[in-house]
Amino acid sequence: MMERYLVLEDGSVYAGEAFGADRSTLGEVVFTTGMTGYQEAITDQSYANQILVFTNPLIGNYGVNLDDYESLEPQIKGVICHQVARRPSNWRMQDTLPNFLDQREIPGIQGIDTRELVRKLRQHGTLRGAIVDNVDELADLLKKIKASHPTANIISQVSTKSPYPNPGTKRNIVVIDFGIKHSILRELAERECNVIVLPYTATAQQVLNLKADGILLSNGPGDPEEMEGAAAMVAEVEKHLPLFGICMGHQVFALANGAKTYKMKFGHRGFNHPVRNIATGEIDFTSQNHGYAVDPQSIDSTKLLVTHEEVNDGTVEGLRHKQYPAFSVQFHPDAAPGPHDADSLFDDFISMVDQQRSERTNA
Amino acid sequence: MPKRTDIHKILVIGSGPIIIGQAAEFDYSGTQACLALREEGYETVLVNSNPATIMTDNEIADHVYIEPLTVESVSRIIRKEYPDAILPTLGGQIGLNLAVALSKTGLLDELHIQLLGTKLDSIDEAEDREKFKELMQRLGEPVPASQTVETVDGALDFAHKIGYPVIVRPAFTMGGTGGGMCHNDEELKAIAANGLDLSPATQCLIEKSIAGYKEIEFEVMRDASDNAMVVCCMENFDPVGIHTGDSIVFAPSQTLSDREYQMLRDCALKLIRALKIEGGCNVQLALDPNSYHYDVIEVNPRVSRSSALASKATGYPIAKMAAKIAVGLNLDEIKNPVTGTTYAEFEPALDYVVCKIPRWPFDKFTRADRRLGSQMKATGEVMAIGRTAEEALQKAVRSLEIDQKDLFSAPAHQATDIQLEDKLVHAEDDRLFYVAEAFRRGYTIEDVHELTKINDYFLDVVHHLIELEKQIEDHPEDVATLRTAKKYGFSDPTIAKLWKTTPEKVRALRKQEGILPVYKMVDTCAAEFDSSTPYFYSTYDRENESQRTGKESVLVIGSGPIRIGQGVEFDYATVHCVKALQSMGYEAIVMNSNPETVSTDFSVSDKLYFEPLTLEDVMNVIDLEQPMGVIVQFGGQTAINLAAGLAKNGVQILGTSVKDLDAAEDRRIFDEIIKKLELKQPVGLTATTHQGVIDAAEKIGYPVLVRPSYVLGGKAMEIVYNEGELREYLKENADVAADHPILIDAYLEGRECEVDAICDGTDVLLPGIMEHIEHAGVHSGDSMAVYPPQSFDDDIKHQIVSATKKLAIALKCQGIMNIQFIIHDHEAYVLEVNPRASRTVPFLSKITGIEMAQVATRVILGKSLAEQGYKDGLYPESKTIHVKAPVFSFNKLDDVDSYLGPEMKSTGEVMGSDQTFAKALYKAFAGAKMQLPDNGSVLLTIEDNDKQTILPLAKRFALIGWRLLATKGTADFLKENGLHVETVGKIGEEDGEHNILRVIKDNKVDLVINTMGHDYAKNSDGFIIRQTAIEHNVPLLTALDTVGALLRALENRSFSTTAL
Repeated sequence: MMERYLVLEDGSVYAGEAFGADRSTLGEVVFTTGMTGYQEAITDQSYANQILVFTNPLIGNYGVNLDDYESLEPQIKGVICHQVARRPSNWRMQDTLPNFLDQREIPGIQGIDTRELVRKLRQHGTLRGAIVDNVDELADLLKKIKASHPTANIISQVSTKSPYPNPGTKRNIVVIDFGIKHSILRELAERECNVIVLPYTATAQQVLNLKADGILLSNGPGDPEEMEGAAAMVAEVEKHLPLFGICMGHQVFALANGAKTYKMKFGHRGFNHPVRNIATGEIDFTSQNHGYAVDPQSIDSTKLLVTHEEVNDGTVEGLRHKQYPAFSVQFHPDAAPGPHDADSLFDDFISMVDQQRSERTNA
Repeated sequence: MPKRTDIHKILVIGSGPIIIGQAAEFDYSGTQACLALREEGYETVLVNSNPATIMTDNEIADHVYIEPLTVESVSRIIRKEYPDAILPTLGGQIGLNLAVALSKTGLLDELHIQLLGTKLDSIDEAEDREKFKELMQRLGEPVPASQTVETVDGALDFAHKIGYPVIVRPAFTMGGTGGGMCHNDEELKAIAANGLDLSPATQCLIEKSIAGYKEIEFEVMRDASDNAMVVCCMENFDPVGIHTGDSIVFAPSQTLSDREYQMLRDCALKLIRALKIEGGCNVQLALDPNSYHYDVIEVNPRVSRSSALASKATGYPIAKMAAKIAVGLNLDEIKNPVTGTTYAEFEPALDYVVCKIPRWPFDKFTRADRRLGSQMKATGEVMAIGRTAEEALQKAVRSLEIDQKDLFSAPAHQATDIQLEDKLVHAEDDRLFYVAEAFRRGYTIEDVHELTKINDYFLDVVHHLIELEKQIEDHPEDVATLRTAKKYGFSDPTIAKLWKTTPEKVRALRKQEGILPVYKMVDTCAAEFDSSTPYFYSTYDRENESQRTGKESVLVIGSGPIRIGQGVEFDYATVHCVKALQSMGYEAIVMNSNPETVSTDFSVSDKLYFEPLTLEDVMNVIDLEQPMGVIVQFGGQTAINLAAGLAKNGVQILGTSVKDLDAAEDRRIFDEIIKKLELKQPVGLTATTHQGVIDAAEKIGYPVLVRPSYVLGGKAMEIVYNEGELREYLKENADVAADHPILIDAYLEGRECEVDAICDGTDVLLPGIMEHIEHAGVHSGDSMAVYPPQSFDDDIKHQIVSATKKLAIALKCQGIMNIQFIIHDHEAYVLEVNPRASRTVPFLSKITGIEMAQVATRVILGKSLAEQGYKDGLYPESKTIHVKAPVFSFNKLDDVDSYLGPEMKSTGEVMGSDQTFAKALYKAFAGAKMQLPDNGSVLLTIEDNDKQTILPLAKRFALIGWRLLATKGTADFLKENGLHVETVGKIGEEDGEHNILRVIKDNKVDLVINTMGHDYAKNSDGFIIRQTAIEHNVPLLTALDTVGALLRALENRSFSTTAL
């Protein structure tokens, strides 16, 4: 057993047992309350440059398999948990979690009092931290942590460098990659979409030149306000194409229409967040992973309408444009991990696309 | 939707007596429901026949009726109270069935009474196997191939079509009563016949067995606006094939990937929406361990045992929310009472592991068939919480109050490999210990999986513990090892055993090294939101969240799992003790391990520690909380047994001191006290060797009562009539006899009675005397009892009161005690003193209005009886007559002799109250499911010794127009005495229409009276007759005193006819 430490920017040190890759790392420490789906979370690019704490006391219990990747190159910086299963067991298992992390150069620590850690993050808000093998030079380390900006310009690192297709038939959909999860592509593939994924730097002209039937803005890590270029692109494209934004895409959509975003104290990460559809009163449990949110006060002066809200803290969870066929949600209707309650939003998007298509054909 | 304003008064139906498959969880859910309705401002009417419940307390509902749960009696209440609505989904299957029956009578329509919560057709759709299957087909949800049959031939035909093994599931029976797995025609014939017989609808489902699948349960909720959510997902350690009530269960699910979990969650939500459940419901699913294929096993359209477990496992109060949904509120309109900041529309996130282990009655029913299958056999359960599955499992094992305190079991250790493998293949209650033993012997996880089909992950949890066991053994006194051991839930005594030292030394080392438990909060949200729930569990981690408050506190020890001899009565007393403490301004801290009960509802006490009730675990809480003292008088024998150890550690035991507790239980000291007080008791001797026991019996003279010292519920207690029987007894109880001295008492004939007394050192209050209806050979817990006594004159009462006062003072009782007497030749003999609350406390409290546990608690804390306004002596007797009747669960357990004797066998009780003894008796019988026709048939098979006693009873049956049937000997005797009797053939005689067993099976008799051959033999005629009656739900009596009481009740309802 090798000791390993988590050091937080406030100077607190947590000792635990090493697993995964044998290396030091630095990132923003956040927690998720999901009780399953560690593989999906670890491979979710929205966790880029973050160290993820699992509140579920056990992970690794069903191993890792090829089906459940949310990206091929996970960008997470580290994994913190209470216990890694000794003997995972599942018919789909192809590898163990510690092996997988080792290959992906992601370090992990188990044996941490994760509940203590989460209580700290809840009280202090998200903190930066490092995973190290020793704490001999704590002062230097703290200096380094405090000087770091783990999630600055993060989308430029995770977004695709060049366009790529996810071929299908029938509808042509452009997807803007801010750090896309595979589950979004899976949902579109299931709905007969021919997808072209563009980097986050795509301009309105580049998008419109593709003559697509609709545009989807993906999820992604970091601060939405860094996405000025993308917001300008959206402000133009929404006039022409049905638009659906998810997570980061939702925030960019809001910014494009003049709303503001803010950094939350410790974010929403987990999949038991109840979200109310304001028009129908229906409530869905949603999968969420965001550290920023749209400021509700900033919406009044825009052409946006709040369509969804978090039941417990009132966070803006969904927006719709008053004039254009464009809407967005803060949560992940694509789930993975998490409940499928809201996956009909993809159908809503598709019917919006189809309606626009038929109007165009009939015109 | 806001709550409904068109209804004002709501009737809540309770679940009646505790039986296997329906235990204390419904007191918990019913209590929560009533409180929730009151909170919303509704007037509530409650009916339940079980007095040993918190829900029947006056402060829970506005109008409480302790009356039989029959259509007749509940109709009477409805016609008196005129409720606007009935809430039937919180009283278990009994409550639900009663609501269905009431609705069928047309009464509800007549009086415009609505049924709240899930609609009856939804309930029917969930419970009627055929309709359920159709619904599943409509929804495209898979179910195992199955067919409903109404005949045994139908069952055989279908089984031949789909192939064995098949499972038989009788429709509309509780806890799967009468069902079972069949591997061949022979088994199917027997089980299907019995199942058809037990099913009120004469329907059984024959189902393709999916044994070996993972068994996953979802507790789901839905409101009338179609919001639906999962409260908890639980995974069974034991794969499909063992009733979930008899399975070890973990929460959250331990082996499911997100894809599997979400697939099953989608299914559970789809079902609750399709069934339009309004409230809580339980969905059981089976998942193929090697594919995405799953099957729906069943849906319980109501609050259940699993929902109580889920409530305690997550902190989310399902029953309370279900009641609020029933009156129209939506989940997003109700606050989550745990966080106080979020809404009830919230799927709890757990950051710990919960383990539930059932508690079976096989320590009492040593001859019962222990094989586990689709028929639930456990009487109760324990739950434990830890941060690892290993820790939770070990904590649960030591909560069970069985011989095994950890994963080591002597019988498993002694078993041969062949026996061990057999135990692994054919699961019995103790399979866990055999799994552990197999790993000790070097079996691999693959080997054990092959034999048990238990998932590798779970097997590895056990394997890990066995590895650690070895590691601990190999590293005595090593601090790092100790730290690891504690993290995975090893107790100090187990570590001590492995280190060949004492628990005290391990504890000392642990404290010296600062290896102390911390306490973490159960908050439904994995610490994501701020919560202030005072609900904690221990673990060996870093941060302690349970902070001592400045308030002076008292720790109350609960009674652990429900088992025979220690039922819900003790939870009742515990809750009342807490109430009294709170009213006196103390902080009341509760420790208990039972997820079914009211005492483990975190809103009951100021602080709840969900922990095993062992000395170590209790001391750890005391170290943290520093209470002014501990109260052990209300938690049954579990709590009393902790007293000495606590005192030795310098803990203040409040109330009767440990020394004085010992005086009541130490035979020698007690005899001296009796002698000094000049009281009478049956001659008694103690012996430690077999020969000593035999000599003692000889000296006292047969018959004698033999039992080991320190027992509860008459465990291993028997009346023996000669030396042969005594030798047999010693042989049967060799293991108990080895640890404890054996007590041998003269067995006196006479009326038994008992009193509970509260003593403050000066005054002694006797709330009442309860006279037993059965003779002294029947355990007091199995006796019917009546208050006030019906056959005692003032002199006897005076003797009882005087003896009680003397004993209470002499034994320095501070608080409550229970004394049993026998009235022999008009003199009161002291049989036994229990220096603690007894199972009659709730009964007498309800009758007299004296909240005995509360009065006693105040006494314990220094408030005298006089200060509380009570006088010394017997409390004035009420005019109403109250009868307590025991209720048994024999139809759930094979091979248990139902003949009543000194060993307790009942699982629950009911109360009947009325203006006359006869009417009260009738109600008690009705409540105990012995509602008999005015003119029926009774079958008599009577031992020769009893023939003179049966004659007058038989005459009385004849006089009120009952037909008498009897086997030849009894029939001839009765005929000689001028009665009209039909003779039936004995067992083994020609199997014609008039054979005794055929008569019972064909429901030709309404009552069986049998006093034959109460020996050990399973194949004795008496045993077979009793078993047949039980299997076919024919009321059975084995004590003639009960028959006398029953006749009294029946006579009261009929007119006698005498020719001039």
